Amino acid sequence: MLEEQHLLGAQGLSEEDVRTIVRAELDRDKANRTAAIIASKGTLDWAYVPLILGTTAAASGMDASIFFTFYGLNVIHKDFEHLLKVSPVGNPDMPMPVPMPTFVTALPGMGPLATRMMKAKFRSKHVAGIRELLESAQDLGVRLIACQMTMDVFGYGPDDFLDGVEFAGAAAFLAEARQAHVTLFV
Amino acid sequence: MSQTEIETAVVLDARGLLCPMPIVKTAKAMKELEPGQVLKVTATDRGSLADIPAWAKSTGNELLEQHEEGDTFVFFLRKGEEVQ
Repeated sequence: MLEEQHLLGAQGLSEEDVRTIVRAELDRDKANRTAAIIASKGTLDWAYVPLILGTTAAASGMDASIFFTFYGLNVIHKDFEHLLKVSPVGNPDMPMPVPMPTFVTALPGMGPLATRMMKAKFRSKHVAGIRELLESAQDLGVRLIACQMTMDVFGYGPDDFLDGVEFAGAAAFLAEARQAHVTLFV
Repeated sequence: MSQTEIETAVVLDARGLLCPMPIVKTAKAMKELEPGQVLKVTATDRGSLADIPAWAKSTGNELLEQHEEGDTFVFFLRKGEEVQ
């Protein structure tokens, strides 16, 4: 330690100077604090992943944006509470209260039941709800971006989405992503 | 360093919350502090044992100390000089 200080001192630099220089260099690389996330899934369980990572990135001082495409648009739709569901069909990892053959999960009523079960489970474990995560995300300055092309395909207009949602295409996402060390596809 | 020796500006009760809310609330609380001031965070989320130190490191805040009180994890975080 003493030796280091001596060496630094010989160059007329204090430890504080070095810290400042290093931090300035890190700050120059915007990619270190930029996260660009794609959210492509529109089920309740998969809505959590991009929102949790996006809010945490922003809470960690990063510029975070989440690009919602295809079914991911459900997450930022004004009616997300009803649109986000879980389906036990084709979801063999989903824990069921009692073991049941696969075809049973496709019977009418099983989807809503699974959705209710998951919501209840999340609540009982005190996991934040989607609404709270969306509010936290916007509060922290996470950019929520809807994919214009899939909006057109599904017949959505700007008014179908939450206030503050932006609209853009693939080029806009890539422009963001090429300046981000953290890019994730969910 | 024991708890009594750390002068705390704000206490954040994040008990009962799960990832990512302890971090989200910690970041929010830290925003209100001046550099050098200390935030005490209590949490029951076992994930916070890894997450709070990682958050402190990546945001330039200093984790002064952490310990457990029963089921609760206690963290003391000092706001860094150059944290916005």
